[in-house]
Amino acid sequence: MDLTLFGELAINGAMTGLMYSLVAMGIVLIYKSSAVPNLAQGAMTMLGGYVVLAIAGGFGAPLWVAIPLALATMFLVGVGIERVALRRLAGRPIIMILMMTLGLDIFVRATSMTIWGGTNRPMQLGISDTPLFLGPLLLNRTYVVGAVVAIALFVLFLLFFRTRMGIVLRAISDDYTASWSVGISVERGVALSWALSSVVATTAGVLWGSVQGVDQSLALLLLKGVAVAVLGGLDSIGGAILAGLLLGIFEGVASGYLDPLVGGGSRDLVIAMTLILTILIRPHGLFGRHDIERI
Amino acid sequence: MLFRQAGIFHTDYATNRALFPLPADRWMIIILLLLALSAPFTMSSLLLSTNVLPWLVWTSAALGLNLILGWAGQFHFGYAAIMGIGAYTAVHGARNGIPWEIAVVLGGLMASVIGVVFAFAALRVKGLYLALSTLALQYVMDWVISHVPAISGGTQATLQAPGMRLLGQAVTSEIALYYVALGWCLIVTVFMLNLRRTALGRALVAVREKDFAAAVIGVHSLYYKLVAFATSSFIGGISGAILIFTFYRAATPEQFAVNVSIELLAMVIVGGLGSIIGSYFGAAFILLMPGLMNSLIAWVAQLMGAALGVEALAHIPHAVYGALIIVFLLVEPMGLGKMYNNLRNYLLVWPFGYARK
Repeated sequence: MDLTLFGELAINGAMTGLMYSLVAMGIVLIYKSSAVPNLAQGAMTMLGGYVVLAIAGGFGAPLWVAIPLALATMFLVGVGIERVALRRLAGRPIIMILMMTLGLDIFVRATSMTIWGGTNRPMQLGISDTPLFLGPLLLNRTYVVGAVVAIALFVLFLLFFRTRMGIVLRAISDDYTASWSVGISVERGVALSWALSSVVATTAGVLWGSVQGVDQSLALLLLKGVAVAVLGGLDSIGGAILAGLLLGIFEGVASGYLDPLVGGGSRDLVIAMTLILTILIRPHGLFGRHDIERI
Repeated sequence: MLFRQAGIFHTDYATNRALFPLPADRWMIIILLLLALSAPFTMSSLLLSTNVLPWLVWTSAALGLNLILGWAGQFHFGYAAIMGIGAYTAVHGARNGIPWEIAVVLGGLMASVIGVVFAFAALRVKGLYLALSTLALQYVMDWVISHVPAISGGTQATLQAPGMRLLGQAVTSEIALYYVALGWCLIVTVFMLNLRRTALGRALVAVREKDFAAAVIGVHSLYYKLVAFATSSFIGGISGAILIFTFYRAATPEQFAVNVSIELLAMVIVGGLGSIIGSYFGAAFILLMPGLMNSLIAWVAQLMGAALGVEALAHIPHAVYGALIIVFLLVEPMGLGKMYNNLRNYLLVWPFGYARK
């Protein structure tokens, strides 16, 4: 076995995986507070990328102004989605909630396509294209930035969950009714988690947009995000980071060796198989709580 | 629909438990059947072959999905893959000289076998995790269908469906194809109507409501889950095969991709979980509404003198489709079938609303 190739696949996979964690973190944030599995996270990632470009293009703002503005916009979008679509579904069967997020996914995707068109738009973050050399290994600089941002967000969330608002969110995720009875506004907490998740989605949209351009394919990150979130445990942010790392390495290495054998396109297969195996072997993931209903 | 229950008294169990206890219902069904049978002669052939025929086939598929989702309460986010398996098996069978009827049934059986693989996930987890694992299996099936040349005929390939011969008669005209689709849809509908009157249907409902409660009253929930997956996959596989033979005439992997699974789910949800007439409504709604809305929007835009880009027009139906799902879940989560039932129950005792049971 060629060690350099293996190392390169593994380390680039790890970076990509940490960028998957960005998508997964959004899913985890919402699941943690309201037990809603957000299948619209991919579409929200895409919307985030488009909003940044729209602000940059529409008002001619430079990207470092446009990105904070877009984060603020998406914060409001997240609050709005929760208020309009999800709040009335609280307590309904899970199939309705899943269908609602799928409907949101279709709606957000198609609406952005209607407004901005399907052509791929580049997102110039000003990160140079020249690879970073780590001994004999080549690293993509954008992936490195993405990985750093993912870890930074993870640390931020660790700190956030120690603040007053963070503790409120943790209480909500523990027990709805108990939180209500001690005077916590559960609705506001859930709305906040949607808003935070939209902000994370925008970050993911910017970083992935700078890797592959902003277009509809950003929404396909959903499968990867879901796989990472489930592998890490649907209610564990640290799990999302570690699972992203693991899944990224596994996907990079496995598809690196499988692709020549089967003629390409084995990435999605590896991800889907990981998701299935996780659910069959350890449904609560690496760090999730064990109280998932089993048969 | 415009009839009342007045003067109808069931004096024995047989009439009370008949498929359609009200004579007016029976008359309505007969009239609908006559309309369906005479449709080829009263409708334009364009309407028949582009709208009515796919509607019938998608309805049978939606009914199959409703069996697993509405009756047995098990999530299935990979139903399109099951249809694809049936379709590809049938097309390959027919291309290799197996008589058409047998090839289609083989497609259904193959879909059943693979469907039971989906069920193994259901034996282990339920709810959200079942949904996610079936969704992942859909991706795996997609990949297998498009990447194994023996199945799809190579990447980006279309597999031409051979001509149909039903009981030795070549089926080529649009009218004949319509009758094949109608026949299959009727078979599935009658099966589903009878399902709720049989022990199997009741057992499935018991499993849906609470599987360990079902186990307590002697319903083997694992067994019935497998049966539900196998039966609904059989219906799905044959519907997929009939879809290819009567409508698409050629099979490509994209016809059975993830978004088709979601579309089928939307049909069932918009129609109403566990509602048979709802599946008809839901399939019609999801198939036809985006197109109608699109022409409406184009017409309004033209009227107002605003120019819409080709690309915008191409994506508006999808946006409408997503919005429809959202609006339905917010306004009437039990779907169109529930709306129809509300109206019917209101009219049954009209104008004596207080007499409603």
